[in-house]
Amino acid sequence: MFLHLSYRAAPGNPWFSWQYVRDNSDTILAALREHTWLTARAVVIAALVALPLAVAAYWFRSLAASILALTGVLYTIPSLALFAFLAPYLGIGAATVLTVVALYALLVIVRNTLAGLNQVPPEVREAAEGMGYGRWGRLFRIELPLALPGILTGVRLATVSTVALVTVGVVVGRGGLGQLIFAGFQNNFYKAQIMTGTVLCVLLALVLDLILAGVGRLLTPWLRGRIS
Amino acid sequence: MNPVQAAVTWLNDPLNWTNPGGVLDRLGEHLSMSALAVLLGCLVAWPVGLWLGHSGRGGGLVLLVSNVTLAIPTLALLTILPLTFLGFGRASVVVALAVFAVPPLLANAYTGVRQADAEARDAARGMGLSGGQVLRRVELPLAVPYLAAGFRTASVQVVATAALASFVNGGGLGQIIRAGFGLDIAAGGGQIIAGGLLVAGLAMLVEAVLAVVERMVTPRPLRRVRRRANRRAEAATAGG
Repeated sequence: MFLHLSYRAAPGNPWFSWQYVRDNSDTILAALREHTWLTARAVVIAALVALPLAVAAYWFRSLAASILALTGVLYTIPSLALFAFLAPYLGIGAATVLTVVALYALLVIVRNTLAGLNQVPPEVREAAEGMGYGRWGRLFRIELPLALPGILTGVRLATVSTVALVTVGVVVGRGGLGQLIFAGFQNNFYKAQIMTGTVLCVLLALVLDLILAGVGRLLTPWLRGRIS
Repeated sequence: MNPVQAAVTWLNDPLNWTNPGGVLDRLGEHLSMSALAVLLGCLVAWPVGLWLGHSGRGGGLVLLVSNVTLAIPTLALLTILPLTFLGFGRASVVVALAVFAVPPLLANAYTGVRQADAEARDAARGMGLSGGQVLRRVELPLAVPYLAAGFRTASVQVVATAALASFVNGGGLGQIIRAGFGLDIAAGGGQIIAGGLLVAGLAMLVEAVLAVVERMVTPRPLRRVRRRANRRAEAATAGG
């Protein structure tokens, strides 16, 4: 996808310009679509990898320490540096952005899932064992459902931070709304363009967070009525 | 020559280190920028956090600040601030970085005061200490380990985020990576990886040094409690 980043400047370079939004709705929508698509894919990939990892860490204590240590180290690596490590191999484009943001999302989800699993009371675990549940049955029927609030918190945190992080993808030419922000900066500091990109980023994070909160409510009917 | 070999070659060229705009210059910029930002963040976040914790209000505010900051892209703040009254240059970059230092500093200062033993607080009151004195003599010392943990989290985050200052030509080690991306990926691959190594190395070095400092300022009985609070604060402030 190629983003057309041209614009017709309103006089006086205002922070908000409805004319800019109208004249460039195609570009803006394309950037928004790319941003949403990158975020969604990254979070889904991260969740698919993170859940088994967290379960493995939950089952095997020795793995937990190394998985948490590894995620901790990864977390200190600046995003730009991670782009630098991956770009020469994955090339300029969506694959690099996706890998980088998914890696950071992974850490948040693993950490929160593990915390959620560890909060399952030992009595519950023992009762399940007494009822004859095996390791897998216990995991799917009891432990994962009870850990759902923790998992969902992790996914929500990961989503919001991923929306912000995708913008750094500008460095490899796939930043979604970041593309808009950066282009505005380069186009003689066109404020309306920068502001539109920023506001849409924050709104996107808000909307995705609300959607996930709604999904969480649907998935955990037993928590309804309680204040979380 | 594969990219990693190219990176080693790039790092082995002394001119890349000593030239104007070379590694040493960028390192200095990176560190001074980060130090100023963390300092600014501390000046703002610590008094507010301590006071909110002391008065027992503002738990929602602390949460709100960290959530909103999480949603604002660093890139947006870095490009918006130079266009305000701050103008181009160091000031706007430092302020942008300081914004990302505030949540961990604030959250830890708040939790640090909140977790202070209620009985100790009551005893201090009973001894006739005023509100300000309780904060200064009882709550503040007990909160020191938390303040240290927040300082570490904030510093590492700022050092990591400072790499992005290169997007607005703000200097710092990120500039080496950006310059590499400016070349062709085949030609600049070595420099890109070399820059990445430098930035990541610096972030990890800062993390390690501050971890030791944090351990030194935390009295032994308080060490385990602190770790839990810090993890919570970290979870609330991802990104960069």
